[in-house]
Amino acid sequence: MLVEALLSGLTLGGMYALVAMGLTLQYGVARIMNLSYGELLVAASFAAFWLFTAAGVSPVLGLVVVAPAAALLSWLIYRILLVPLVRRAPSRDALEVDSILATFGLLFVVQGVMLVLFGGAYYSYGFLAFAVDVFGVSLAANRLLALAFAAVIGLALYIGLTRTRIGTAVRAVAVDPVAAQLVAIDVRATAAAAFALGGALVAVGGVLVSMFLTFNANIGVVFTMKALIVVIMGGVGNLLGCLVAGLILGLTETFVATWIDPGLTLAATYTIFLGILLVRPQGLFGRAAR
Amino acid sequence: MNARLFAGAAGIPFLVAALAAVPLVADGYQLSLAISIMNYTVLSTAWALFSGPTRYVSLATVAFFGIGAYTVAVFSEILPWPLILLIALGIGMAVALIVGLSTLRLSGVYFVIFTFGLAELVRQLVTWWEVNVTRTLGRYVFIDITTEQIYWQLLALVVLVFAAGLLIRRSRLGLALRVIGDDEAVARHVGINTTIAKVALFTLSAAFMTLAGAVMAPRWTYIDPAIAFNPVVSFQVLIMALLGGVHRLYGPVLGVIPLALLFEFLLANFPNHFSILLGLAFMLIVYAIPRGIAGLAEQAGRLLGRSGGGGS
Amino acid sequence: MNTAALLDVAGLTRRFGGLVAVDGVDLSVRSGEIVGLLGPNGSGKTTVLNLVSGALAPDAGRVLLKGREIAGLPPYRIARLGVARTFQLVRVLGSMTCRENVLAGLAFGHSRQWGAAADQAADDLLAQVGLGGRGATMTGELTYIDQKRLELARALALRPELLLLDEWLAGLNPTELQQGIELVRSLRAQGLSILMVEHVMDAIRSLCDRCVVMNAGRKIADGLPAAVLAEPEVVRAYLGEADA
Repeated sequence: MLVEALLSGLTLGGMYALVAMGLTLQYGVARIMNLSYGELLVAASFAAFWLFTAAGVSPVLGLVVVAPAAALLSWLIYRILLVPLVRRAPSRDALEVDSILATFGLLFVVQGVMLVLFGGAYYSYGFLAFAVDVFGVSLAANRLLALAFAAVIGLALYIGLTRTRIGTAVRAVAVDPVAAQLVAIDVRATAAAAFALGGALVAVGGVLVSMFLTFNANIGVVFTMKALIVVIMGGVGNLLGCLVAGLILGLTETFVATWIDPGLTLAATYTIFLGILLVRPQGLFGRAAR
Repeated sequence: MNARLFAGAAGIPFLVAALAAVPLVADGYQLSLAISIMNYTVLSTAWALFSGPTRYVSLATVAFFGIGAYTVAVFSEILPWPLILLIALGIGMAVALIVGLSTLRLSGVYFVIFTFGLAELVRQLVTWWEVNVTRTLGRYVFIDITTEQIYWQLLALVVLVFAAGLLIRRSRLGLALRVIGDDEAVARHVGINTTIAKVALFTLSAAFMTLAGAVMAPRWTYIDPAIAFNPVVSFQVLIMALLGGVHRLYGPVLGVIPLALLFEFLLANFPNHFSILLGLAFMLIVYAIPRGIAGLAEQAGRLLGRSGGGGS
Repeated sequence: MNTAALLDVAGLTRRFGGLVAVDGVDLSVRSGEIVGLLGPNGSGKTTVLNLVSGALAPDAGRVLLKGREIAGLPPYRIARLGVARTFQLVRVLGSMTCRENVLAGLAFGHSRQWGAAADQAADDLLAQVGLGGRGATMTGELTYIDQKRLELARALALRPELLLLDEWLAGLNPTELQQGIELVRSLRAQGLSILMVEHVMDAIRSLCDRCVVMNAGRKIADGLPAAVLAEPEVVRAYLGEADA
């Protein structure tokens, strides 16, 4: 029972970490607090569902279609909807508030579209829905595959950001957009790219999650909340922090659901969140200065 | 200026009397529309009372509204009405105090995020409690109260929230909040205890929201946590206040009236596309009228004044 | 001199991560004295002001105001105890009139004035800093020096005993500078004590009774302006590390 809870907690936590990495890119680099983030995740889940049930495309292949499409969509959202806000904002705080308001509107639009297309019912599909033996515990194959994908993509992202020239530019913008401009980094293009990359990541998360969880048009907000909590816990802009915080969240939820009460998982999440905000508002791995 | 102010003040009793007479002439549909407008006037004016000067964007409106409504559902058959209101008020203010003390020290975005999920958290906790402890998910509200009485109680709340707003605006607390909204560091260095100022106003604002929820509860005959803590309410209150303008006490009303009518129309005619249209309306407001109708009106007034008084 | 110090700072230390921004600094300001706080950029001067005014809490050391420990108190408490400050980058309250800016200082500071008396006091303070009759002007319409004047009026509205000026004379043209120096001098004549971070040498020479020089977080000199500025270590600090 312990090992089982541990493994399923790790899978869930891996998903949270992956999804939160995308959000931390969007918020940390592009300075956009995107409240419609979870809606894109659910949209990707529906896309994977549709590809699998209507066209017989496996979700693994679906990733190849969905992730670039989500990146393009996010890029367009940034260019068309958010750049005007970036231009008019007198300060970073003002931009954060404006972006929250604008993406809040977007949340309702995207959710509304999905409600029209799919209604409010819960969806799921059977892909690799057989059990595999791991350490004497049987685990669904789709969960394992999702975890493996999350690990590989997360690792690739980490290496890409820390070891490449473009990744360095992205991190520079996250730390100080003004100084980054001085060393000839195109801040706006970098921000747009980071926003697009964040969109691709959340779409990957959506496809992976759809393989083993049921979803409906209304649950995007829940994912946004959890991603935000992970981002803040891990420290804004910190990928490693995302990983640790995501795993903590996933394990906590699974443990609470297994041993206390499934109805209290969100309350547990919130308790952790509030605790972190009060004790270390800069996050577990954030710098002290804001 | 003073003469205008005086004329305005003298007009208020007439305005209130006229509004109080609405149920005597309105038919059922008009009265329900008027109730909706009154309710949102209380909620968005209360919202702007705190969020306007401090620039903290709160998405917790429905948490307090729901607490009020749900308290009524729980006690409706056991206790007299004034006592129920008092209990709701107590719970709402206590929650606001706890939330305020723990989150208002944080920078703006963390506050938004926290309030974003607060209603969800309260809803989950209430649901869990009902399922596991009382084993009754969903309650019927039986209270001997007429629709007219609900309208009059909301009108009283409107008068109270405006009176509170006027008093605060002219008080030290009002100035403190404006300083905080402009520059919190300066506020602290001129001797303002920013935490107390913010928490006090957050709690007051929540008190009005809770009472509005309590008064509105009998409008539904059946309440469950999903109805009482419907997040769309927070969203609508926010966009009404923004459309009207949060920098003036009368601002939110200017947004409430057109949007309450618009939402009514959309819900009646496009129930399936309501969410999309709501989102689009919201984005339109954020992009096109960031300072709200009151801001636009003042801008126009300043332009006129400048061209008129150009000689001086 | 055996007059007790108004402000007595000893062993003041503050770290940011691995950097020790202020490292065991001692300094004092006696009643009616203007003390200059000098040093190259990044030497920790503004951090000292932030520690004294409560914007930051020190990691070690004591800050005594009239013998009372104020280190680590929240800024609003320190402000009410009689310490007012201006900011390095001028900070006026943008959505308000000049009068309201000053009222903010009157309403919550030492005097806690409110109502008609406060309005009158605000107008008097505006006149004192050279903004007479500008009470209804929005701060956005003020020139740079007038914004600095307004910030000073707001600080004075707290009725402080100790005034902390952070490069209040920086960025002024020669005429404005002379007016500024006169204004600061008149404040001392009224009995105020001032601790000022400053780079403008003319102002330091003509105003300061004493100077404290910092470099890399440490105090390297303390004494009469002319003597201090001639010390070799001070010269080295300014000229030798001017690569920033």
